[in-house]
Amino acid sequence: MLPPMPAARAARLLLRLVLAFSFTVVVAAVGPTAPAGAQTTTTSTNPGTTGSTVLADDQPAPSGGELVRGTLTFADESGRVPVDGAVVIVSTEDGTEVTRVTSGADGKWEVPLPGPGTYQVTIDVESLPAGVGPEDPANIVRTIEVATGQKAGAGFPLAKAGAEVSSPTAPEGNKFLKLLGQGIALGSIIAMATIGLSLIYGTTGLINFAHGELVTFGALVAWWLSTGTGGPGLSLVLAGLLAVVAGAAFGGAQEKYLFAPLRKRRTSNVALIVVTIGWALVLRHLYLIIFGGSSRPYDEYVLQREIDVGPFTLAPKSFWTTGISLLVLVLVGLMLQRTRLGTAMRAVADNRDLAASSGIDVRRVILLTWVLGGGLAALGGVLLGLTNRVSWSMGALLLLQMFAAMVLGGLGSAYGAMVGGLVIGIVTTTSTELIPAELDLVPSLFVLILLLLVRPQGLLGRAERVG
Amino acid sequence: MDVVETLTESMRQAVGPQAAAFAIAAVGINLQFGYTGLLNFGQVAFLLAGAYGLGITVDAGGSFWLGLVVAITSAVLLAFLLGVPTLRLRADYLAIVTVATGEILRLVVGSAWGGDNLGTGGPQGVKEVTGVFRDLNPIPDGSYGFSSFRFESQTLWVTLVGWTLALAATLLVRQLVRSPWGRVLRSIREDEDAARSLGKNVFAYKMQSLALGGVMGAIGGIIITLNFTSVIPDYFIPTVTFFAYAVVILGGAGSVWGPLVGSVIFWFVIQFSESSLDATVPEDILSSQDLAALRFVLVGVLLMALMVFRPQGLLGKKEELLADG
Repeated sequence: MLPPMPAARAARLLLRLVLAFSFTVVVAAVGPTAPAGAQTTTTSTNPGTTGSTVLADDQPAPSGGELVRGTLTFADESGRVPVDGAVVIVSTEDGTEVTRVTSGADGKWEVPLPGPGTYQVTIDVESLPAGVGPEDPANIVRTIEVATGQKAGAGFPLAKAGAEVSSPTAPEGNKFLKLLGQGIALGSIIAMATIGLSLIYGTTGLINFAHGELVTFGALVAWWLSTGTGGPGLSLVLAGLLAVVAGAAFGGAQEKYLFAPLRKRRTSNVALIVVTIGWALVLRHLYLIIFGGSSRPYDEYVLQREIDVGPFTLAPKSFWTTGISLLVLVLVGLMLQRTRLGTAMRAVADNRDLAASSGIDVRRVILLTWVLGGGLAALGGVLLGLTNRVSWSMGALLLLQMFAAMVLGGLGSAYGAMVGGLVIGIVTTTSTELIPAELDLVPSLFVLILLLLVRPQGLLGRAERVG
Repeated sequence: MDVVETLTESMRQAVGPQAAAFAIAAVGINLQFGYTGLLNFGQVAFLLAGAYGLGITVDAGGSFWLGLVVAITSAVLLAFLLGVPTLRLRADYLAIVTVATGEILRLVVGSAWGGDNLGTGGPQGVKEVTGVFRDLNPIPDGSYGFSSFRFESQTLWVTLVGWTLALAATLLVRQLVRSPWGRVLRSIREDEDAARSLGKNVFAYKMQSLALGGVMGAIGGIIITLNFTSVIPDYFIPTVTFFAYAVVILGGAGSVWGPLVGSVIFWFVIQFSESSLDATVPEDILSSQDLAALRFVLVGVLLMALMVFRPQGLLGKKEELLADG
């Protein structure tokens, strides 16, 4: 991606091209089209029709309104199979229909509600695939009470006619390996996204609270280019590549037009951190307005039968994700180690003044660090959207794990970010063996605090005064 | 668009219970960030500790007063938990650990596991937690005010208590920062090494500042809880912290009255812009969900603009600003 450095002029040219090109992409992506739901909703009433009461006044101000959601799956020999196209009807207590939705290809459905209250959720048995029905045919209505700002769940256990209902649990060893495989996939994504965060910290001393929004940006651009209505409908591979370019340019543009001018005005780092927080709020909620509150998959590679590679049994896309990430990590490592630009980046991260006095153009190195970080974060987002789904807040959720990975590896160290990312990813997924999956973020924090107590400079950090 | 209606509605928001709660939490942040230079980006965790400390105690049959004690105690404990690993390190570490802790606590108390094992009620939260507070209300039933500037008796009671506490917290901070103790805090903000070389136990001072500010956060959380009469986990998103920072920075970090003034103006601006947009832009261009999202965009822009153009806020002094972490 980056040329060897003697051709500094070529690099500058490339950077300009990248900036110019992706500016077009960005403008196109943020343009007039508000992407409609890919496959989820056929809403009969807009949840907004109740007016602004949803979040106004004395109500709490969570990021979204009330909603109810669930996942429809049934068990067969190969494991849990999602039910695509099943109809779920949500009505108020007195039976007035609010909305009906169709479950997505991964069996998930989600309905925004007009406000708190009691609702009835019914599954339309007719819409289920042939041979699949509720485990208890008499029990197809759920009554749920939704508090203000709450995201409620409604589950419908389904079974295939004639199939044993017993859950197909894999042998223990297999299950752990599966979690480990998922952990490596997630970890390599976190690692990629964290490199930029850590290098930006190293070169400028700035903790970028808006780094998660770079991750989301990549996923959103790829989603729009491949899946979005009004988008060009490219193949996901091409869309992903373009998204990475766009992300790199977006990162570079942030540095060039926002942070570099602010540093020039001698804005303190603390003030800059607050600026990144504000910037993150702005971006994230613009994503919410443009993309909508529900999470959506790409239209390709949604459902894949799991395959065996070595000891791991995972969907092919998980292997691809891991493979691409690890390859990119190796390439970035080589770039940092072998090229002049990489050496310059590490030098600036190590000691900015010393680097400047030995003739390194610090400003350019910082700009290129943002470009690199933005591209890597975008790639992380594209891949994360593949294994999870694309949503407006996916990057913000990943930010905590990126922070943990960064501190774990040592602030400012790119290699540390790689190691830290992998550790955090593996800890996150394998811990679900012991704790509920909804709490899978908790162990990362414990690792983080534990490490700060015993080795505050991080795993790969140098023992120096950090206090 | 009805201008009077919009104005009165915004005024109501500006002096309402939520503004009071944010003012108290912001006084705490001001002590930590404005005077000591601590980057506590997890103030919401202290709000949560206060809210759940009260809620769980009352739900389990304890009295309201015991609930208050539990709430304050858990805030102090949380300050120790956050402070011990991070306060000896650079300011950045506290920022990262606090923001992570806030989010983790929210996930834990809002999970089904938390509901089963900690009595947090899981995603539903804890209901009916006001206990004896409701009965102490001396204000007769009815609604007070004019136009849409109108409070129910119960809301008015919470609001009065809230602003009284906000004022008390402000006066306390005013006395503290004028005391020798407060001067040490400021010297830590200006130059930690200098304070240390004068023989001050910097770690202890930082911890005290964090804990005291955290207790104020917990009181803010209690006021919010009393206003809603229930505790809802989804309220305690990290954005709450950043709203409170916006309040502090708007009013002026490191100024005594900044948080109070900031909170009133902040909520007025938020409500006013939202109401006017709601009244002028048709629904099909800007749905109410988009409008809710725009509130956050607005706060983000406000934070950025303040830091760039007027970092000292309305009442702050430039020389009182935290130079660098």
